Amino acid sequence: MIWKEILIRYGELSTKGRNKMDFIRRLRENIRHAFADLGHLHIRTERDRMFIAIQNEEQMDVLVKGLPKIFGIQSFSPVAACEKDMEAMKKLAITIMDTFKNEQLTFKVEVKRTDKTFPLESHAIQREIGGYVLPQFKNLSVKVKQPDIELRVEVRHDATYMMAQVIPGAGGMPVGSNGKSLLMLSGGIDSPVAGYLMMKRGVRLEAIHFFSPPYTSQNSLEKVKVLANELTKFGASIRLHVIPFTEIQVLIKEKVPSNVSMTTTRRMMLKVADKVREEIGALAIVTGESLGQVASQTLESLTAINAVTNTPILRPLISSDKLEIIDIAEKIGTYETSIQPFEDCCTIFTPASPKTKPKLEKVEHYESFSDFDELIERAVKNREVYIFPKKEQEADKFADLL
Amino acid sequence: MEVNTIYLDNSATTKPLKEVMQAFMVVNEQYYANPASIHAMGVESNELLMRAREQVADILHTEAKNVLFTSGGTESNNAAILGLARSNTHKGNHILTTEIEHPSVLESVKQLDQEGFDVDYLQVDENGVISLEELRAKVRKDTILVSMMHVNNEMGAIQPIVEAAKIIHESSRAAFHIDAVQSFGKLPISFNDDEGPDCISISGHKIHGFKGSGVLAFRKKMKWQPYALGGGQEFGLRSGTVAVPQAVALSKAARVAVETMNDRAKKYRQWYEEICTQLHGYGEAVHILSTPQGAAHILSFSIRDLKGEVIINAMQKRNVIVSTSSACSSKQTKTSHVVEALNLDEHFKKGVIRISFGAYVTDEDIVKFKQVLDEVLMELKGEYK
Repeated sequence: MIWKEILIRYGELSTKGRNKMDFIRRLRENIRHAFADLGHLHIRTERDRMFIAIQNEEQMDVLVKGLPKIFGIQSFSPVAACEKDMEAMKKLAITIMDTFKNEQLTFKVEVKRTDKTFPLESHAIQREIGGYVLPQFKNLSVKVKQPDIELRVEVRHDATYMMAQVIPGAGGMPVGSNGKSLLMLSGGIDSPVAGYLMMKRGVRLEAIHFFSPPYTSQNSLEKVKVLANELTKFGASIRLHVIPFTEIQVLIKEKVPSNVSMTTTRRMMLKVADKVREEIGALAIVTGESLGQVASQTLESLTAINAVTNTPILRPLISSDKLEIIDIAEKIGTYETSIQPFEDCCTIFTPASPKTKPKLEKVEHYESFSDFDELIERAVKNREVYIFPKKEQEADKFADLL
Repeated sequence: MEVNTIYLDNSATTKPLKEVMQAFMVVNEQYYANPASIHAMGVESNELLMRAREQVADILHTEAKNVLFTSGGTESNNAAILGLARSNTHKGNHILTTEIEHPSVLESVKQLDQEGFDVDYLQVDENGVISLEELRAKVRKDTILVSMMHVNNEMGAIQPIVEAAKIIHESSRAAFHIDAVQSFGKLPISFNDDEGPDCISISGHKIHGFKGSGVLAFRKKMKWQPYALGGGQEFGLRSGTVAVPQAVALSKAARVAVETMNDRAKKYRQWYEEICTQLHGYGEAVHILSTPQGAAHILSFSIRDLKGEVIINAMQKRNVIVSTSSACSSKQTKTSHVVEALNLDEHFKKGVIRISFGAYVTDEDIVKFKQVLDEVLMELKGEYK
């Protein structure tokens, strides 16, 4: 095996002054967590980059496939190594450049000689390797300034290290480096995307879902569980709080005029979410709301809904078009699950013509005739909590059959 | 049939594995709900169906949404060929296949021929293998479909799928379908590489699963038209309540087949060589149709101036089950199209015998088979001299 290590370049966190070591530690932990299956990884960190030692080809494959999903990585490069011997170095250079044989590209060789006892000087090594590689690849031409590929060679004391490929990472910041928030996960297209975008900014998530049996089916809950599980692929475990919401919805339907019932429903959800947020020690609530998309997402509605709390409500999709949201959903693999047509708590009691400009005072007035607080307490207390990624055992009641 | 019967016709069909039958029973007892139902039982059987589908997808290195459960190899082949041809007429009109395909492929392209498609056939040499040169010459810009058998069912020839795929993809926009009914679980096949085939047919009962179950899988999402209309099951392509027990059984059989593939292949190759050595000993009286480059689980040979049926009967009397060239064509009296394509000497055309190995075959069975073959040849060749 030619591979020695993977070099990881940090994303934005490189610029973050004093918290930097914290970010790096977080990134290292997230990588360890994401690749727990590979056993203990040897990770060496420096101020501007990180190295994962490679023990075998299989490890290499898994890492190259998985690293582009981890937030906080700008790019990474597989690094190969060989003996400090010109013939071995030339051979290795060919193997590495072979990756690019299908494209028309410009390249140059960049040499660093840390081991000054190596007989050839940097320029000589550069000439030798470049002169050897170039005639063997018809698709390559030399360009010194801003080439497409830089074949970097470093002659160190223990061996010669070489790399050329630069694989883009997911960018963003390591999940967990920017605190924890509670995501309102409905099962639609938007909320998983909102969650993803916040994770990209380093936010650790817990999720909350409102479940109203028998008006919503087990299927819709299963779908939300699948979505929560999908989100864990971006580098952190997620707890899903499932709120028994039937009682509250039924009371709203009985006591609140139908054209504002939707606003009240959203207000009650937010109240419940805020209580859960407080219990779990999260700082903000994340929603998938996008301005004007539906009646509950006009500025007037958002104002009336938001009035129940002072907690920051983060709405990363507020200015996104539906098509932009769908694009991201497809990219992160939640779209197919989201479009499964099951009744959810938002669609089931939808009135024929909800007010798009509800007045806060009116809504509060209608709500004042009923005691929602007790029901809210009960809903919060009776919630069920699921942890994702799912433990293997639980997932495998079918193992014997397959 | 008696208990000690030696069954060497595994390319016609196989006996299901115990664990596959067990799984089939359990699914029928516990997860019999319709996977499209929205109640909890339906959700559960749908989950099981998804798992079965994912497992097949993993084995083939594709995604679950590209795996379709069918009723078997014939349906998979029909659906792939008719569907891919009819939904790609905007790209062209030309279809390529080989002259030694299974009838489910040949009849499909004949149907397309009648519909006005331009169908071309690749010839094979005496080893049953196509020429890549001929393929290169025949693939055109307006070729929309190439269908090719991976391993021939009558004599085991292996087609150079990887090289063929390269040629096809380089010089056309054609979809490349392979009929892997005889190769899946015996030879490595995968979709993971951009240069491979686009679409693959698999049958459950050839890999110790059940009759009436198969898979049609795609490498990526392709333009393809539905062929069973109704409730929109199987991604809207093949309506009809999905047979979850069959899907689970097939998925299990496929997993076991792939996991045990290397061990079995070694055994099959050894038996193949042992039997070939014995056949060579009969000199001019026997001609071996299979070649060492072909698949190890199918060994096809012919006895000079004898009829296949006579040999089968003689062996059957001694509790050994073998077959003429293929079960599908063995009831017809005319010589099989594969045998015709191989350009066999007239003396050998009628006496083709195919033996094919499976997971239940043992070393002792092969010893017995070789004895019986000796006895039968002594008896018959004595009579016919």
